[in-house]
Amino acid sequence: MLQLDRLLYQQDGFSLTADLQIASGDRVAVIGPSGGGKSTLLNGIAGFLVPREGQVLWNGKPMPDHPGERPLSILFQDHNLFPHLTVLDNVAIGLRPDMRLSAFQKAQAISALDQVGLGDKAMAHPRDLSGGQKGRAGLARALLRQRPILLLDEPFAALGPALKDEMLELTRQIVHQAGITALMVTHDPQDALNFAQYAILVIDGRAQAPAPIGPLFDHPPPALQAYLGRRAP
Amino acid sequence: MLRIVLGGVVLIALLIFSLGTALVVGLQGRGLAALSGADWSAVKFTLWQASLSAGLSIVMAIPVARALARQSFPGRQALITLLGAPFILPVIVGVLGLLAVFGRAGWISSALDWAGFAKLSIYGAPGVVLAHVFFNLPLVTRLLLQAWTAIPAERFRVAESLGASPWAYFRLIEGPMLRATAPGAFLLVFLLCLTSFVVALAVGGGPRGTTIELAIYQAFRLDFDLGKAASLALVQFTICGAVSLLAFIVPLPQTNGLGLDRVPQRLDGPRHRLWDGFWIFGAGAFLVLPLGAVLLRGLRHMLEVPPQILTASLTSLTIAIVSTALCLAMALSLSLAFARRGSLARSLAEATGILGLASSPLVVGTGLFVLIFPYAQPMNFALSITAAVNAMMALPFALRVLMPAVQETYGDYLHLRMSLGMGSWIWITRILGPRLRRPIGFSAGLAAALSMGDLGVIALFADPDLQTLPLMLYRLMGAYRMDQAAATAVVLVVQSLFLFWMFDRGGRGHATIG
Repeated sequence: MLQLDRLLYQQDGFSLTADLQIASGDRVAVIGPSGGGKSTLLNGIAGFLVPREGQVLWNGKPMPDHPGERPLSILFQDHNLFPHLTVLDNVAIGLRPDMRLSAFQKAQAISALDQVGLGDKAMAHPRDLSGGQKGRAGLARALLRQRPILLLDEPFAALGPALKDEMLELTRQIVHQAGITALMVTHDPQDALNFAQYAILVIDGRAQAPAPIGPLFDHPPPALQAYLGRRAP
Repeated sequence: MLRIVLGGVVLIALLIFSLGTALVVGLQGRGLAALSGADWSAVKFTLWQASLSAGLSIVMAIPVARALARQSFPGRQALITLLGAPFILPVIVGVLGLLAVFGRAGWISSALDWAGFAKLSIYGAPGVVLAHVFFNLPLVTRLLLQAWTAIPAERFRVAESLGASPWAYFRLIEGPMLRATAPGAFLLVFLLCLTSFVVALAVGGGPRGTTIELAIYQAFRLDFDLGKAASLALVQFTICGAVSLLAFIVPLPQTNGLGLDRVPQRLDGPRHRLWDGFWIFGAGAFLVLPLGAVLLRGLRHMLEVPPQILTASLTSLTIAIVSTALCLAMALSLSLAFARRGSLARSLAEATGILGLASSPLVVGTGLFVLIFPYAQPMNFALSITAAVNAMMALPFALRVLMPAVQETYGDYLHLRMSLGMGSWIWITRILGPRLRRPIGFSAGLAAALSMGDLGVIALFADPDLQTLPLMLYRLMGAYRMDQAAATAVVLVVQSLFLFWMFDRGGRGHATIG
């Protein structure tokens, strides 16, 4: 279980509070208006921000301070891959940041690439990949790392509708099969519905407790209604 | 059409000034046979000091830039601004400051003497390299800092979340960035040190401290041997030409100062606080102490400035303003003529800029002297020649600021202009002018400050009656009247910075321009 225990983050005059729990294996969408604190929440869980108060716990134990030691992987919209490394190396650094791979680890990396359908691109460089393929490479790395939590910060927002749906579905399957707890920041209510079972609404510097996503969208509270406008899915 | 003609005229004028003078010099010189063993050791020393200065500047700039990139502390922005100062600081003032700290009568020597050790002596090779590092370390630091802040924040976070060790960090992020930037920075500093004259004039000399530029000057002023000066100038031109050709393979870094004000958000900051603090403090002290020493001493002796300072100030000011106008006219003509042409024309214009960077003022000066000598007394033209050469020396920097701005304006608004049927007059006064106001102000400030502090051609041509501020300062130093020299330095610095500030401020205007 992922527990955000009375968290308070402060950054450049902006503050975010969160006090909530997410059960293991749940897929949660993080929604809300721009500037509401969605990315701050993710950066906090990832350990990029130090909380002013409270702590992040995993299965009852406080997470280590250093992001690299936390039981999670993170996928950004852009710049997940290092341009000078091959796709294989980009994935393999998920296991060994120093790229000293054993033969077994290399085989693992290749198998992760196979799982996302990029097996033939192992020796390519990121500049040779399409937007969707870059997303797949990022997923392969998260898969390889086998960390129980995956944070997704609008990972496919720049892709076209069909491709985005395809990537969301792939991510959903992977996360589901591996039993990973996933948090995804998104601007698109439809994406949230497609991917997640629960939604955390982040508005005015407060992250609300996750609610089942279907009922939430069917009967949105006023703040969510104002955010969605007439675009409710 | 007019644009193309103007651009062409400027281009031809530049070619005559750089390649033409070199050709004249080549014809006049007695070839390589005129060069003695001492001259060849000057060639060797020039290459050696330029490599060492460039290498040291980069090796030391890396930790400083990295420290600035990942630490945030009060005064960070002030320090970064200060790093830009040596570029427009009159070189002779910087040298005076270094002597005040590292010289025989400087602070360190006094401390060593008091403790019973031998005094430092920086005349010759150590002084040349020290001064070159003093001037170029800040420049390279800013270049690298810019490259550092241009790395997307996500990359650092990915590395961080993978638990990368410092070495893995370097291989993933910083190594590739340095591989892309460091060679260009090295080349730039190498070129600047190759053609630097004032440093060698002030602290160089002797068998292990004479650069080619200094040798040209000495052949000219001390031996009155025009043929030998011309032969040396030819060697200098060849070396600079060869090195600038390299600039086509290794692109010189762009210096537009973008992103330098970005506040770092790096998690690894606290881990490296001590190490980074050492470099920030060290670089800050290395920069501030020499300047502080001169300015303090100068202010104490302000009343002792020689009366000739008024005429010298006025002469310097006149040269600076004429040279600024000339430089701007050239830079604008070239930018407007070539900004929208194909890539061939653009690289031609860029090559002209590099030409200006690679031409040595003394080679140009020698060439002009040879050209004028048969018909008139070259000394009579000292002021106009100085203004022209100064304009040419500042041109590469003005081009680097103006060309992208012109390109951007055309790229962003040309289609809009055509669809609105906007006439040239409106386009120039309402769109292009306001958009270019800031870069014009900035490059004018650069050109004015560079010309104000220049001590190149003027040293070659000036008769004893002619005084500019840097020349006066140099002569006072030569006479060991250090108090008066420091006071003159204060006047010179104030005047340079005021000119820069005035032009730059003028470019910013009162209204905010998108």
